[in-house]
Amino acid sequence: MKSLYLMPVGAPDERALDILKHRFEQELGWDVRIAHAMAIPNVAYDAKREQYEAIHILRAAIEAMPRDAERVLAVVDADLFIPMLTFVFGQAQLKGKAAVMSLARLRQDYYSLPVNAALFYKRVEKEAMHEIGHTFGLTHCTEKHCVMALSNSIQQVDGKLAEYCRSCAILLQDSVSSLATDR
Amino acid sequence: MNTQWEILVVDDEEVNRESMAAWLREDGYFVDSAASGREALEKTQAKEYAIYFVDLKMPKGIDGIETMMEIKKIYPDASVVIITAYATVDTAISAMKEGAIEYIVKPCNPQEISLLVGRIIKVKNLERENTMLRKKLLGQYQFQDIISKNAKMMEIFQLVKEISSMRSTVLIQGESGTGKELVARAIHYSGDRADKPFIAVSCSALAETLLESELFGHEKGTFTGAISQKPGKFEMADGGTILLDEIGDISPKLQMDLLRVLQEKKIYRVGGSEEITLDVRVVAATHVNLEDAVRQGRFREDLFYRLNVINIHIPPLRERMEDIPLLARIFVERLSHELGKPITGISEGGLKKMMDYGWPGNVRELENAVERAMVTCREHVLTENDFQFLNGAKKDAQEWEIPQSMTLEELERQAIVTTLRRCNGNIKETALKLGMDRSTLYDRIKKFNIPR
Ligand SMILES: [Zn+2]
Ligand SMILES: [Zn+2]
Repeated sequence: MKSLYLMPVGAPDERALDILKHRFEQELGWDVRIAHAMAIPNVAYDAKREQYEAIHILRAAIEAMPRDAERVLAVVDADLFIPMLTFVFGQAQLKGKAAVMSLARLRQDYYSLPVNAALFYKRVEKEAMHEIGHTFGLTHCTEKHCVMALSNSIQQVDGKLAEYCRSCAILLQDSVSSLATDR
Repeated sequence: MNTQWEILVVDDEEVNRESMAAWLREDGYFVDSAASGREALEKTQAKEYAIYFVDLKMPKGIDGIETMMEIKKIYPDASVVIITAYATVDTAISAMKEGAIEYIVKPCNPQEISLLVGRIIKVKNLERENTMLRKKLLGQYQFQDIISKNAKMMEIFQLVKEISSMRSTVLIQGESGTGKELVARAIHYSGDRADKPFIAVSCSALAETLLESELFGHEKGTFTGAISQKPGKFEMADGGTILLDEIGDISPKLQMDLLRVLQEKKIYRVGGSEEITLDVRVVAATHVNLEDAVRQGRFREDLFYRLNVINIHIPPLRERMEDIPLLARIFVERLSHELGKPITGISEGGLKKMMDYGWPGNVRELENAVERAMVTCREHVLTENDFQFLNGAKKDAQEWEIPQSMTLEELERQAIVTTLRRCNGNIKETALKLGMDRSTLYDRIKKFNIPR
């Protein structure tokens, strides 16, 4: 069976990892494992921006990827950016092996709002499904409730469902099953 | 679909250009990157990009503004976005003066970049439409064996080109005689499977069991008459494309078999147990509205979604009237050779007669009509007299019957769906045509759950 590794970078919320493990087991029918935690690589930190650079974490996760892993999703508590943008929720290699997501902006308290755990975990699921979708070759979907729709703000994340739309689901399934056949 | 547009990211820092490229790729664009102005120009010589993101400060060689100016020498209309870490009024002014479409200071809000990219691509799409319009004004536009100067048909030609080398299934919908098979052939012959077989099967022509063995083949002795083992059309199409015409007519059992073939890419011959793995691109065609068939439970929803990955809807001839004179002339030319009759064209009156007719049988009916007129014609030009037979036919075509066992609600829904499609989803136009006000229309769309 193919495996997806969830890789904690730093010390992200453990319950989030458990929820994702369960969700992806269902979604992909794969073995989903939680890898040993990895420290946040020093090079990723930008002192001026007080943020972490997504691509460095992505590269470190690929480096640390277990040999039997088909996909890896690095989960970070820290806030991520790419040089061009003020922030990113996550970043994926399109049709690649790895993706990274940040929990920082998925929490209500980031926006100075009262803590809402249920909402937080829903967002975690959406963001993870979105980034993993990219690694299976899915690009942004025009169906605005689809989890693959582009979201540049937390409002847009909340506007989506934690589901792939019919077309994305089919494309994902095709991509997953083509992996199963060409070994 | 963003796949047809390519973007070039020019930045001397590897991390910057790679992360930007990755971000744009997630949106479906093809993205190239260049580490210097010189590399950017080399890439630009080779192909044109829809957008160039160029970093202002590049230490080695030429800087961002110079790079932009050189790109503009090659493509004066190139959309260049200049990126800088430190905004100064002077550089902003000079960037814009030299023709940058936008000047942005990083880091930039992701929403802003998304909107900017969307805006530029929208303009590019319009420009492309205009180019096609110009081609249209210059005359006909031919794609493989299909000839048209209709804008919707041009869009279909463009789409066919874009998808021809993909593996996804295609569903072609359109009335009888609109040329669904020609479109299927165009998909096959303009793609990378062109040198492999193209096999067309009409699903309505055969009884269920015969169709099953026609599609999947059979083993020797499976049924009376199966004296030898015979490969099916799927096997014959291996590596190429199979067209399943009139897919709306297949039985529930075959729907299930087909679904399995699409999912597993394997078939079993009738009466056989050996599984045969195939690489066949499936194109399905139908003249019935499959969405309706799904809603009425006559067609499996899961199979519909599998087939409908890419959808092509061919407009009926009455919605592309501008093609009638063009097509008629082409048929006259070809048939005059075939029939050995020196007929050179069609009179004004003859054309008018054709334009007044509704063509329920579409292009095929037009071709037959031209042939019939030519057989009886005693002159060198077809005139309205040669098309007299269209009079009777016209009346038949206009007499409209309510489909059996349809509720008033279903009729209303159907009227809205059809009109919406004809008006390209334009609510105002649809409401006007249906004679209802917009709020009622919105109400019905919601009530009937009509996709837009
Ligand atoms: Zn989707
Ligand atoms: Zn995305």
